[in-house]
Amino acid sequence: MYARIAGTGSYLPEHILTNAALAQRVDTSDEWIASRTGIRQRHIAADTESTSDLALKAAERALLAASTAPEEVDLIIVATTTPDHVFPSTACTVQDKLGLHGFPAFDVQAVCAGFVYALTVADAMIKSGAARCAVVIGAEKLSNIIDWNDRTTCVLFGDGAGAVVLKASDEPGILASKLHADGRYRGILNAPGHLKQGQVEGSPWIYMDGGAVFKFAVRALADVANETLAAAGVDQADVDWLVPHQANLRIIESTAKHLHLSMDKVIVTVDKHGNTSAASIPLALDEGVRTGKIQRGQTVLLEGIGGGFAWGSVLFEF
Amino acid sequence: MENIEQRVKKIVAEQLGVPETDVKNESSFVNDLGADSLDTVELVMALEEEFECEIPDEDAEKITTVQQAIDYVSANLGK
Repeated sequence: MYARIAGTGSYLPEHILTNAALAQRVDTSDEWIASRTGIRQRHIAADTESTSDLALKAAERALLAASTAPEEVDLIIVATTTPDHVFPSTACTVQDKLGLHGFPAFDVQAVCAGFVYALTVADAMIKSGAARCAVVIGAEKLSNIIDWNDRTTCVLFGDGAGAVVLKASDEPGILASKLHADGRYRGILNAPGHLKQGQVEGSPWIYMDGGAVFKFAVRALADVANETLAAAGVDQADVDWLVPHQANLRIIESTAKHLHLSMDKVIVTVDKHGNTSAASIPLALDEGVRTGKIQRGQTVLLEGIGGGFAWGSVLFEF
Repeated sequence: MENIEQRVKKIVAEQLGVPETDVKNESSFVNDLGADSLDTVELVMALEEEFECEIPDEDAEKITTVQQAIDYVSANLGK
């Protein structure tokens, strides 16, 4: 038995923040941002929109695309690093907003690798018989933890959500997945702030050592992608589409080069979305599907890496 | 077999997208060859792959010219 992606959906907040608009806030320019990151604009959620609101809209669209009634769902996993609350989980909030209750719902925190982690957990639960119809969501309101005065990080991130409906099926779906983490590298990318006695202790903003992250990311992503392909017995040349975490165009290009994949086979949305952490892969996947690039029967490789460090890759037949 | 100097210059030209004739021993990656911070990271990675060695970050920071790259590789190769 397989866990098969029955449908995809995504949601982007209405407000678009362009590089030009950012350049009026901090000392930067469209040219500087675009040449180093490939990012031209990002979406920013409204004050009144929470991560669960974004997640809900993406989930509803994925259910519609999968022709699946919400009542069929028996598992919700939300990958997020910007949950609505310390607790309850964003997944429980999404469950209630969908008008559902009773079955398991929980969050997965693996930052930008969150979606591949969540998809791997859902795949395992479906294969074990613990679930038959999962909604797996990546959703972020990163604008909550962006320091708009730090020009090295505020240009990189955006808000959004993406989701898939994953169902038990006799037809091929997820073929292999591999996850990794190495906590020794947690210092180069983090948001260390935490609640303590009614106060936030430590910086509540995203911190990143860009060069160190770049180097670690390119090597780790190429390695985990090759490991996943080997586990499934699939050659690099048989991958129809690479849907990478959308952090930085130059990481994406460098990873594709290490995997001997032409950029024609890579879904790129970082130019329009920025880095939306756990949401970036399902957002890009949904765009690939809705634009008709990714077709049923094709072989798709997902890969993500983020703070922790945590990284992973999922290979599936769509 | 090309010598270390030729191999380093070839990698620098490839990574930074400049003609090999522009890559002089005294060229600074950032000031003369137009590299930005990510280019220098990619350059170090390419050197590591070409010469099958690991260049620690604290050493990589000190490699800012073609000659410094040649010297580093010459001193550390085969260790």
